[in-house]
Amino acid sequence: MFKRILLLFVAIVTICACSSSEEIAPEQVDSFDRSAMMKNIADNIIIPAYEDFNSKMSALKIVGETFITTPNQSNLDALRASWFAAYKTWQSVEMFDIGKAEELQFKFYMNVYPVTVNDIEDNIANESYDLNSVNNHDAQGFPALDYLLHGLADTDVAILDKYTTGENKDNYKNYISAVLGQMNTLTTSVASDFKAQRNIFVESTENTATSSVNKLINDYIFYYEKGLRANKFGIPSGIFSSTPLPEKVEGRYKNNVSKELALDALTAVKNLFEGRHYNSSETGLSFKAYLIKLNRTDIATGTSSQFNTATAQIEALENSFATQIGRMGGITGMTRSYDELQKAVVLLKVDMLQAFNISVDYVDADGD
Amino acid sequence: MFMNIFKYNFKEQTNAAPLAIFRLFFGFMMFASIVRFWANGWIEKLYLTPKFQFSYLGFSWIKPIGDYTYLLFIICGVSAVFVAIGYKYRIAIIIFFLSFLYIELMDKTTYLNHYYFISIVSFLLLFLPANAYFSVDAFLRKKQYQQIPKWTIDSLKLMLFIIYLSAGFVKLNSDWLFRAMPLKIWLPSKYDLPFIGENLLQQNWFHFAMSWSGMFYDLTIPFLLMYKRTRFVAFLFVVFFHVFTRVLFPIGMFPFIMIVSALIFFDATLHHKIINFIRKYILKSKTTFLLVPNFYFSKLKSKVVLALFTVFFIVQILLPWRSVLYPGELFWTEEGYRFSWRVMLMEKAGSTNFKIVNLDTGAYFRVHNTDFLTAFQEKQMSYQPDFILEYAHFLGDHFTKQGHKNVGVFAESYVALNGRLSTRFIDKKVDLYQQKASFKHKKWILPFQSEIKIKGI
Repeated sequence: MFKRILLLFVAIVTICACSSSEEIAPEQVDSFDRSAMMKNIADNIIIPAYEDFNSKMSALKIVGETFITTPNQSNLDALRASWFAAYKTWQSVEMFDIGKAEELQFKFYMNVYPVTVNDIEDNIANESYDLNSVNNHDAQGFPALDYLLHGLADTDVAILDKYTTGENKDNYKNYISAVLGQMNTLTTSVASDFKAQRNIFVESTENTATSSVNKLINDYIFYYEKGLRANKFGIPSGIFSSTPLPEKVEGRYKNNVSKELALDALTAVKNLFEGRHYNSSETGLSFKAYLIKLNRTDIATGTSSQFNTATAQIEALENSFATQIGRMGGITGMTRSYDELQKAVVLLKVDMLQAFNISVDYVDADGD
Repeated sequence: MFMNIFKYNFKEQTNAAPLAIFRLFFGFMMFASIVRFWANGWIEKLYLTPKFQFSYLGFSWIKPIGDYTYLLFIICGVSAVFVAIGYKYRIAIIIFFLSFLYIELMDKTTYLNHYYFISIVSFLLLFLPANAYFSVDAFLRKKQYQQIPKWTIDSLKLMLFIIYLSAGFVKLNSDWLFRAMPLKIWLPSKYDLPFIGENLLQQNWFHFAMSWSGMFYDLTIPFLLMYKRTRFVAFLFVVFFHVFTRVLFPIGMFPFIMIVSALIFFDATLHHKIINFIRKYILKSKTTFLLVPNFYFSKLKSKVVLALFTVFFIVQILLPWRSVLYPGELFWTEEGYRFSWRVMLMEKAGSTNFKIVNLDTGAYFRVHNTDFLTAFQEKQMSYQPDFILEYAHFLGDHFTKQGHKNVGVFAESYVALNGRLSTRFIDKKVDLYQQKASFKHKKWILPFQSEIKIKGI
């Protein structure tokens, strides 16, 4: 009896061993080509997005300087338009919290909202501030410009007065200049560093806590959950608090852009998932393709269609989420959008991470 | 074979060397485990950083003790060394057992089958004459025993039998055998291993071959180790199997502990060779002791220990099967999953978020899990119902204390099991704050809905 079991056991192991030696033929690769996926993401998504954002930021700086030299209505309009164009592009960049962006905490200097108006006004009044300080995260970046360009007063005339006749007019102009300078410096540094590190990035494809591919995926999900779902929808709708907080929407002073910015962000998230090239309809290898390779078409198509459902839900909202939240019964539209976004969190964080078997942490485990 | 058990001669004596070697290696392995745990920074990460600990039912009074937790690990590590060298053995093993048990009971987030294995083996060692031979105690009393009761060594073998056979039987299910799950998820993700990562580990047939041979391995290896003619080959399998799993999976020291434990099955000749080697090259000692032929327990002691062991082993044999007492899919509800040698048996992940509701007004807000849990705790909590309940109670207490009124706690929970798409896990209409923790079936776990059912043990 035991001899027979032993025989069977030996037979099985021998079969495994023999076939395995046949299988280890050189250059036969069955697994998904992660490096090719990383190349697609780096060359066709991240780098073009950084380049576009970098040029939008340079343009914004130039328009900003024009405004500072000649603060009038037309220059204010031009600056606002340039701000919005750059802010829209930022939505394609924020999720890449890698390399220099992570090291410098790029996103904290670019898009922490709501801003603390008192901090901004104190900085302007005293002119002694350090924009590199953690305490000034909420006094710079796009949200600070939003305040400076749309929120200083109720009318454009009154806003322009701050820069033309106001008591601290030079301080105001200096502050715009400082904020723009800071944003530009950081952007240039992050964009050029990523290009320099590109080869390391695309080759770092091991399944470890520190490999680029795992960090990219983890950061991507974190951004989707926090930067997009929670910051743009959850927090202002009062999902995490007892009452709604409409003052916490993105672009609150412009006050008709939170939907557009959120949709841009969601499109960027979807495009990365599907490997769609930046500003193009062409696609390459992606997380989605990886899932399909692993025979998980259910997750792949489920996630894409969930992104579409969420997009459709969001499109029905007011242009300004603050208006949406303030409207009678409007909060339901916000929480519904949140719920649809949340369903994709589950697909990404539970189903996709399980399929990729990416661990969150290094600890012993025996799978229970 | 079963007749042999009934005819078992409890008076039979056997050579003491295998138990001495077991004690030596076990002690040093434990010491190495403690050092490794500390060096990885896990004491701080797993016990000191978390603001909240998940407790085993009835053991919520056992908590990390601040910076003294380090002291606890020192005590545990030092006593392991004492066990290894067999100095003040009885006290050392008692301290080791208690301190290790305390560490394990501090937080169930870190539950691992091999920690459980260590706890029960050290429990057995409490009663065994493991310092009879080749120990500092023997050196000091200038007397060592050549023979000890055979049942003492056999009790360790029986424990290994129970473990391997249980681990083998629980693999007899459709997910493991016919879907090659969870290996089909785990193996391809090790694509970065040299030589085999990009090809062998990606093959469908290989996932099945691994699943089936894993099952056969567990079910046959204790028998193959028992019989002299197959023992050596079996041991090679043990080494190969455990080293292979060590390469593939993050299971720490466990493979080495199992390899060393398997030595207990060998004849004393091997153990004498090991002892002579250690004498000659490590201790460089030529001291000879007065050799006393036989170690006996007193009649009373032997009766008490044997009675205790009988009860212990009956519990050990039955405990893994307690899950049959619960309705529903075991992998889904995990009622009776722990302490049953279900090792590396499923890949489960979840996302569980909580709503704190004012039951009077219906107003609610959601909780950021990261405010209270570490990433590791959140991961474990998200798919294990007893964790979800305990955490829900913690949240309920926390927000009540903060001044919130009529607090109800509801879970939005999704779980994916063995490559099935995630589905809702917890009934979102049930106020978990009102549910009591117990060993009864948890009715608020939604039934397993996947069309791909799990059949088998």
